[in-house]
Amino acid sequence: MACISPDGKPTESGSKMLHALKGGLGSPEEVASKAGLPLFRVRSGLRELTEAGLAKQKGDKYELSEEGAKLIK
Amino acid sequence: MEEVKEQASHMPRIGEPAPAFEAVTTHGKLKLEDFKGSWLILFSHPADFTPVCTTEFIAFTEIHPELQKRGVELLGLSVDSVSSHIAWVRNVEEKTKVKIPFPIIADLNKEVSLDYGMIHPGQSKTETVRCVFIIDPNQIIRTILYYPLTTGRNMDEILRIIDALQTTDNNAVATPANWRPGDKVVVPSPNTQEMAEERLKQGYECVDWYLCKKKI
Repeated sequence: MACISPDGKPTESGSKMLHALKGGLGSPEEVASKAGLPLFRVRSGLRELTEAGLAKQKGDKYELSEEGAKLIK
Repeated sequence: MEEVKEQASHMPRIGEPAPAFEAVTTHGKLKLEDFKGSWLILFSHPADFTPVCTTEFIAFTEIHPELQKRGVELLGLSVDSVSSHIAWVRNVEEKTKVKIPFPIIADLNKEVSLDYGMIHPGQSKTETVRCVFIIDPNQIIRTILYYPLTTGRNMDEILRIIDALQTTDNNAVATPANWRPGDKVVVPSPNTQEMAEERLKQGYECVDWYLCKKKI
């Protein structure tokens, strides 16, 4: 997993993506721009964060889950 | 059985959609569709920790900033494990101070290699030859290059092809032999006699009606 470490914590790039979602719903393009990461990394990372229960997908956009929001407090 | 599959595998062709994949890489699990909207150079190398491949990875890293300026992502591949890729990338950085910035697919089950026709049994039944697939933002294969195991790729040519493809797409023209950015481009051939006659009056530099060039 590129965004989640084996101990379940987000990696540096995972953390950047979660922080980029702090303001609410965001598209992969918006997250990539805020996080300063390549779009392909963000698309794959958001999938991982969603599978891990740290983000939620709503249509083409993503938002923090309760769990994800707690992690970046 | 494996050999039969390798030989029977469909070879992708220019103009066709690039075969979809989901693969383990040094940057996590990636799908082809993750690159939608960007140009992508998918390239294979025979094996990690080998001399020619190491020079190529350094050379790909050197042109990476130029590729980024052109909206192009790089994705490597070989039939090695992700641990081997990570160890090799770290070794290259330790020995040469060059940090490989792009992901590399660990294609241990040869799924992607076979879909892309990267294994040429006449060269090696277990290693991928040096393939380059240039895939456009709509995920259509636009260029395929194959190099043998013993010949390292020419980065200058890869950049030139990207420039030529993007120029072609943006201006509806073609590029002549040995074209470089800034050189005159070829105006598409006319389809009718009327267009051929008009062509000669349009101020292009023409050898004849079928070969006209212009500046862009």
